[in-house]
Amino acid sequence: MTLHVDGVSYAYGAKPALDGVGFRAERGRFTALLGPNGAGKSTLFGLLSGLLTTRSGRIEVAGHDMARAPRAALAAMGIVFQQTTLDLDLTVRQNLRYFAALRGLSGRAAGPRIDAALERLNMAERAGEKVRALNGGHRRRTEIARALLHNPQVLLLDEPTVGLDAAARRGITDHVHDLARDGMAVLWATHLTDEVAADDHLLVLHRGRVLADGPATDVTGNRPLAETFLTMTSTPA
Amino acid sequence: MTGALTALFAIIAREALRFVHQRERFVAALVRPLVWLLVFAAGFRAALGLSITPPYQTYITYETYIVPGLLGMILLFNGMQSSLSLVYDREMGSMKVLLTAPLPRWWLLFAKLLGSTAISILQAYVFLAVAAVFGIRLLAVGYVAMLPALVLAGLMLGALGLALSSFIKQLENFAGVMNFVIFPMFFLSSALYPLWKMAESSRLLHDICAFNPFTHAVELIRFAAYGDFNGMALLWTLLALAVFGALAVWGYDPARGMTRAR
Repeated sequence: MTLHVDGVSYAYGAKPALDGVGFRAERGRFTALLGPNGAGKSTLFGLLSGLLTTRSGRIEVAGHDMARAPRAALAAMGIVFQQTTLDLDLTVRQNLRYFAALRGLSGRAAGPRIDAALERLNMAERAGEKVRALNGGHRRRTEIARALLHNPQVLLLDEPTVGLDAAARRGITDHVHDLARDGMAVLWATHLTDEVAADDHLLVLHRGRVLADGPATDVTGNRPLAETFLTMTSTPA
Repeated sequence: MTGALTALFAIIAREALRFVHQRERFVAALVRPLVWLLVFAAGFRAALGLSITPPYQTYITYETYIVPGLLGMILLFNGMQSSLSLVYDREMGSMKVLLTAPLPRWWLLFAKLLGSTAISILQAYVFLAVAAVFGIRLLAVGYVAMLPALVLAGLMLGALGLALSSFIKQLENFAGVMNFVIFPMFFLSSALYPLWKMAESSRLLHDICAFNPFTHAVELIRFAAYGDFNGMALLWTLLALAVFGALAVWGYDPARGMTRAR
């Protein structure tokens, strides 16, 4: 297994956000974390990325315990946050180089990796452009390319298609499915059912609990996913 | 270890690059102390008689007196400005990129602090150069001896900004900090008038000024500017740096949930 979450709870003061959440995201698999707004997806991502910590439960990334060895765990992870986190006044390449350096990759070591990551996301010809000049879809691709620079084993994406048009959304969803097919463990949070493919692994998160965990086709049965999802999340958890 | 250094230089370089992109900020940072020096000080000279106190050996003009205080002002404003940019970073999410780097958090904060201090010091020397053009000069040795004092004062005030930024959740709250931190710190210090002068008007005000770490940062710079050394000021500045630094590290501890998901 590559990402293992076990019995994780978190509360903002007295208000619980996550309640005993547990699941696995395996290598070579696209795991879709589907939940309505307010389900606890962002809190979960905060915990997975070490921006929040909790004492209840356990998070393990590529064999590294997030609580005991947070830096080894972070080194094995690529993260795409919900908001854009790029420097708008820097070029695509400058943004990537800054990130690579934060991961300890000096200019010489980072160069070929930056080229490869941009190539992979079809962004190579935009390397010299300022991020401010890019559209939303290309900014997202830049962020995904950035998250791949250090060859992570686990890729986390928190609602990465927010604010994108249909074509860009489709392009990015397809790209990340390819990355999973190539052997990466992908955890993709979304509230949009059409981003989940039939052969994905599906987690349904609602009011801080995991309601379903299994291959998408098993979870839905014969019904369309959108319908299953609405039924599941309309009843109190 | 080399990885940590690579990250350190990248963070400093990013800070510098950002500064280059904000030319207005540079001009504002330079105009502010120059207005004080060339307008305020000229008027004030007539109203205020200064006697000889260390490190001065002879009578000095008010313009000469105020220079170290204005250097302190540059460092203070810059420290707060970079703290403001941290709050902005957090709202914009780029702070998340920094804090999820696989390095110790105190190291990342230290790198950020070094970056902003380097920019402060650059501004301080540009200010000194402009002041020299207007005839307000120091001895050559002063310009060199001042550097470590400026570094230390810059780190201390930057750490204060860093600590403040960890407790301010929104950009809107920042205006209050400007009013309640920058102005009291600047006016209740030896930047504009020597402490003995303050004591003449109020013992309490004098004691507040003597407690204010900014006073000691300014005095450290003032003594260094004359190739002199003020041990007390050094001690106070170091102590304040340690306290503010510890507060910042504590403030950015994830267990406190400062980067709470929204």
